[in-house]
Amino acid sequence: MNNFLKILHFELINVLKSKWIIFYGLSFFFITEAIFRLGGSGSKAIVSLLNLSLILIPIISIIFGTIYVYNSREFIELLLTQPIKRSQVYFGLYLGLTFPLSISYLIGIMIPFLIHGIAEPIVLTSLLLSGIFNTFIFTGIAIVIALKFDDKSIGIGVALLFWFFFSIIYDGLVMMLIWQFGDYPLEIPLILSSILNPLDLGRVMVMLKFDLAALMGYTGAIFEKFFGETIGIVISLIMMSIWVIFPFFYGLKIFKTKNF
Amino acid sequence: MGIIRIYKVFLLLLYIALQISPVFPRVIFVNPSGEIKTISQAISNSNSYDSVFVVKGYYKESNLNINKPLTLIGTDYPVIDGTYSNSNILTVTSSNVIISGFIIKNVGVSAVNDNAGIKVTNSNYCKIENNRLFNTFFGIYLAKSKNCYILGNEVKGNGNVESQSGNGIHLWQCSTIVIQKNRVVNNRDGIYFEFVSNSSIQYNYSSKNKRYGLHFMFSDNCDYINNDFIDNGAGVAVMYTKNIKMQNNRFIDNWGASAYGLLLKDIRDSFIYDNEFKNNTIGILAEGSNRLDIKRNNFIRNGWAVKIMANCIDDNFSRNNFISNTFDVATNSKQSYNKFHENYWSEYDGYDLNNDNYGDVPYHPVSLFSYLTSQNEPAIILLRSLFINFLDAAEKVFPSITPEALVDKKPLMRPIK
Amino acid sequence: MIEVKNLFKSFGKNLVLNNINIKIDQSKITIIAGPNSSGKTTLIKSILGLVNIDKGDIFVNEENNRNSTIYREKIGYMPQIGRYPDNQSIRDVLDMIKDLRGIKQIDKEDELISIFGLEEHITKKMSTLSGGTRQKVSAVLALMFEPDILILDEPTTGLDPVSASKIKEIIIEEKNKGKTVIIISHIMSEVEELADKLIFLLDGEIKFQNTVIKILEQTNEKSLEKAIAKLISLNKL
Repeated sequence: MNNFLKILHFELINVLKSKWIIFYGLSFFFITEAIFRLGGSGSKAIVSLLNLSLILIPIISIIFGTIYVYNSREFIELLLTQPIKRSQVYFGLYLGLTFPLSISYLIGIMIPFLIHGIAEPIVLTSLLLSGIFNTFIFTGIAIVIALKFDDKSIGIGVALLFWFFFSIIYDGLVMMLIWQFGDYPLEIPLILSSILNPLDLGRVMVMLKFDLAALMGYTGAIFEKFFGETIGIVISLIMMSIWVIFPFFYGLKIFKTKNF
Repeated sequence: MGIIRIYKVFLLLLYIALQISPVFPRVIFVNPSGEIKTISQAISNSNSYDSVFVVKGYYKESNLNINKPLTLIGTDYPVIDGTYSNSNILTVTSSNVIISGFIIKNVGVSAVNDNAGIKVTNSNYCKIENNRLFNTFFGIYLAKSKNCYILGNEVKGNGNVESQSGNGIHLWQCSTIVIQKNRVVNNRDGIYFEFVSNSSIQYNYSSKNKRYGLHFMFSDNCDYINNDFIDNGAGVAVMYTKNIKMQNNRFIDNWGASAYGLLLKDIRDSFIYDNEFKNNTIGILAEGSNRLDIKRNNFIRNGWAVKIMANCIDDNFSRNNFISNTFDVATNSKQSYNKFHENYWSEYDGYDLNNDNYGDVPYHPVSLFSYLTSQNEPAIILLRSLFINFLDAAEKVFPSITPEALVDKKPLMRPIK
Repeated sequence: MIEVKNLFKSFGKNLVLNNINIKIDQSKITIIAGPNSSGKTTLIKSILGLVNIDKGDIFVNEENNRNSTIYREKIGYMPQIGRYPDNQSIRDVLDMIKDLRGIKQIDKEDELISIFGLEEHITKKMSTLSGGTRQKVSAVLALMFEPDILILDEPTTGLDPVSASKIKEIIIEEKNKGKTVIIISHIMSEVEELADKLIFLLDGEIKFQNTVIKILEQTNEKSLEKAIAKLISLNKL
């Protein structure tokens, strides 16, 4: 077996044994189940889940990822003293984190849906897809942060800052933009701003399929047109992929030349 | 006095009766295989107050003019096919006409004439009952008529583009009309009222019409009760009118960029009671509407339950349920001249220490985000962003931007059943 | 055999290793000593490839360590602090490393486990183990593959006296088998007890390197501790 697969196997088992990841999956399961039991219809459930995913996925991915890498420092060192390439250790670490996080998210949400019946398959798919993308993106960022800052408390602080920026500050800036330039046509800048932040992109893609388009009137129609057409979907997927790829390779570059 | 005397009086009365009405009402049968094969022939053969019975069959006829009191009855739904000619199929220009039990279809679309399946003008005491109209451009069209009864008809348009369809039931300059238990789908407007008064719309089902389920203008003193308006292009519009009673209707699934459950424009002194507004982009949109009493309605899962513009004054919202709406109330002003009182708001998170079923903390139904988006529409792109949640939470604690006066000081703790 | 030539390494502006040239022989125990942050750990991490060097070359058995990772098969490394994934047992970690090296079964493993008394802990989670026990796991990992080269970073720190003396016995045994042994230590008794050769680092530079015998001769002292003190003070002048 390839060394990378061996490391991945080991990391997977290690992460899956962690209570955190179980708790993470269970919280998705219980909240989704609760939403169904409290009478949420399929589409209503998806909106509540979108809210939940937008909060939980980035913060858990980035914080759990950062802490995990810090706690694995010595073990990574041990692995690197073995006859293995650094890149293999990195791949193992990256996928060892992203797989279990994505899988417990998927399982946590899908089981209640399978029990209660799948409604709105397209919206559900885009919700799950954006959730998985965001898991990869924020885990990638977490690894970069943990590799970049040797001091654990600084690293966790930076991770929180990143989360804070993407979740809150960014949209605050967008709000300011809308407010400042309210007299101008803002459709194109808003499409751009939505594409550039992976959290906004996921949110807008799900919301457009749900109710945003209707609530937005003219602006919504333009958004729906853009994100509904193949070119918009392709651009969105490319953007999401760039958000995955960039931290991944940046992290790899750091990892390869890092002094442990 | 004896039996003979009574007999003589009877003969005298009979003689007088025969003098007044030269002919007794007759019954004429139309039958494809009978003596009279077409409806037009039957109409021209008939005298006033005759009855024409049309036997089941397929009649390719149009431009039938009824200019005398007549009862026209189809048995087992005979079909009158207008073959898309550029005219009405049935035109009524007399009072006391009954048309019942026909399938009427295929009227030509015209940009000049409002061709209709049944057009009634200058008529009194008409009854249009149990007909089924398909692809008739306009379905049942009443102009300058009074005291008519439109009951149990089905009007189904071709449902293509708006400009190619007419209205299902169209009333212009009419009064005291009752429209009951009709089913209007796939038209431009389901039911259309312009300059109508003292009329009533009840138990109708209006759905999938391209524009409005009910389009209602300059029509005072009317009521509409127990109707279903479901999934119409832009919902229901009631405009430039006073003294309307809207009760027990259901406004559902009117969803789209410029759709609403109920659009109120320049309405005054009207009543909106016990209606259900569910899954509409906007439940009620009110512009320049004054002295409305809005009570005991359910607003469920709408984008905006109520959008009330600053030019509305003295409207009263009380004992309504606002449940799971994206926004409860939106307005475009910091001022509010309307009253919100004793409603149930599912978003309310206050407490009730004295257990009187009224929350102890006032509820401000206009969230900051709702206010911001009504000022600047594109801001809604941030819907359900965490930033917005924080902003709304902050505004709840320290209100500074949202309209202070738009408040429910006695919010209910539990929904009204 | 390990040879370090003209090795430079700095972290940011801080020059940590300044032109290091050393040769570490087979069948000898070489001890690297020096105060804290003198560059000892960085030096051995450079040899292991954990630290990317700025300049110079390191040859492990005549193979430049920049070019491959295979040379690490011949190295057993015991870090200063042994920390392992919290949720795994000793068994899991040992199996994992064996698996990585493509080895299924080795006799030495069980022997070392019993020497260090790890049998009772073997299935316990790492997070429940004491620092000393984890240190023993590190020792087992370093020794079990019977590598040609042993690199031990303060191996006795944190160990109980019995285990400490056991590990010293093993070190001497391994040396006698012809292994190359490098130890970082600043416990003078340990240095005196084990060292064939001493490399003394100060502020990233080698202050002196020589066999213990020669150091003693040179300084005319009986104890190594005094000899070192003398050499340092001479160097300062």
